[in-house]
Amino acid sequence: MIAIPSRHKSLTLLAGVIVAQLLLLAVQIKRQGQVRLIRVWAVELMSPVQRASSWVFYNLGHGWGNYVSLRHTREDDQALHAELDRLKVRNAELEGRALEADRLATLLKFRDAHTDVPMAAARVIGGSPDSGSQIVYIDRGSRDGLKRDMGVITPDGVVGKLFAVYPDTSQVLLMGDKESGVGAMLAGTRTQGVVKGTSKPELLMDYVSNDTKVSVGEEIYSSGQDRIYPKDLPVGTVAEITTDRRSPFMQIMVKPSAHLDRLEEVLVLLTRQDLEMKKESEASPAAEQASPVPVKAAESAH
Amino acid sequence: MENTDIYIGPEPHIEVHKYYSGVVPAAVVLALVLQAFFPVHFRWASYLELPLLVTLYFALSKRNPSSGLLLGMTIGLLQDSLSGTPIGLYGIAKTVVGFFGSSIGGRIDVEHPVARFLLTVVFYLFHRVLFVMTSSFLLAQRREAFFSLPILIAAVVNGILAIGVFSLLDRFRKPS
Repeated sequence: MIAIPSRHKSLTLLAGVIVAQLLLLAVQIKRQGQVRLIRVWAVELMSPVQRASSWVFYNLGHGWGNYVSLRHTREDDQALHAELDRLKVRNAELEGRALEADRLATLLKFRDAHTDVPMAAARVIGGSPDSGSQIVYIDRGSRDGLKRDMGVITPDGVVGKLFAVYPDTSQVLLMGDKESGVGAMLAGTRTQGVVKGTSKPELLMDYVSNDTKVSVGEEIYSSGQDRIYPKDLPVGTVAEITTDRRSPFMQIMVKPSAHLDRLEEVLVLLTRQDLEMKKESEASPAAEQASPVPVKAAESAH
Repeated sequence: MENTDIYIGPEPHIEVHKYYSGVVPAAVVLALVLQAFFPVHFRWASYLELPLLVTLYFALSKRNPSSGLLLGMTIGLLQDSLSGTPIGLYGIAKTVVGFFGSSIGGRIDVEHPVARFLLTVVFYLFHRVLFVMTSSFLLAQRREAFFSLPILIAAVVNGILAIGVFSLLDRFRKPS
């Protein structure tokens, strides 16, 4: 009998493994979905570790900011500055807490201003291991009533939508992802278009015809046409406009309203009920200043 | 006809390294968690490809193509599962990297930092080509450039990082 050399065994295994994964890809394309079971296992396996590491890094960060980075200062003149250092440590700690409290208060105020719209607050616990996609994990899942395609926002504006929901965690596809799209309209002319992600900090608003009057700095709101985000949520502001003679549509670069690159807490809209954004302006004068274009009261709940 | 087996395994003078139990799964899980964690808080971290570094390190050290490709497949599929990408995209790329990493590890000495840097840069770009080819040609997703300045920067950054990560992982080897 002819023995199979070890290299041929490896090559056979390589071919088999690649073919199996190609079949797996084909199954996903054919079903237009995902192989959910594998994802559930992987996410359920990793999310406790992600939560733990998020907690460790959060506390390490605070420890570093409050103690370690000040050690050198204390060593310089420990006797004279001991009291000052203690106060600095305390101050840094309080500032950190104040910042967190501010963020949570803004979130709470926003939620209180829209008590008619059910929403769930969630904390961002991790991101995607794929540097090309913009996905984050939040610490809420189907046990909290979350479902796929629910809108995710902050008081600043649209963040993204729930891409996958697991028992205790969910994946949020951020608006900046190249596979993402939001039905949007220009505040001035109410012209509708689609805001797409570019995997860069800016977004792109497409399907706005070249003869539309658009100005840099103009606000863009959700149109509600995508059946995911309620109407009149802030999406971003026009940053740059380019026209191409070969295309009937102009290309509008959009600066997102929400800080997609530093999300810590978010709100998940549990229904697609429109938000009365005017209430928010009344509740927060700062928010009114940040949004000079008055937002028309949204239509009544579905 | 006489049965003649030709030895095509690792070169006899090149040592095959073994690790304490639990080191490989711990490194895999840690790489995936850090890969998911850092980019949320630090923008520069999107250049990192820690799962690739772990795949490459164990492939180069264990020098067994079968275990290299199976480890690459596992890491790739886990990365796919935790990302929004179709399951198999990173899986295929890392399977191939694991296979060729082990094959190269069995033929040349890859202990020197310069060799590790160069191999990481080359395998990072190879991984990128495999990923883009699979997503563009097989899945007909939006075509991305094989190479661009950010990709080349990322390759160099990962190459530099590999020197540190690999020497850190060397400490978990069983004494020969």
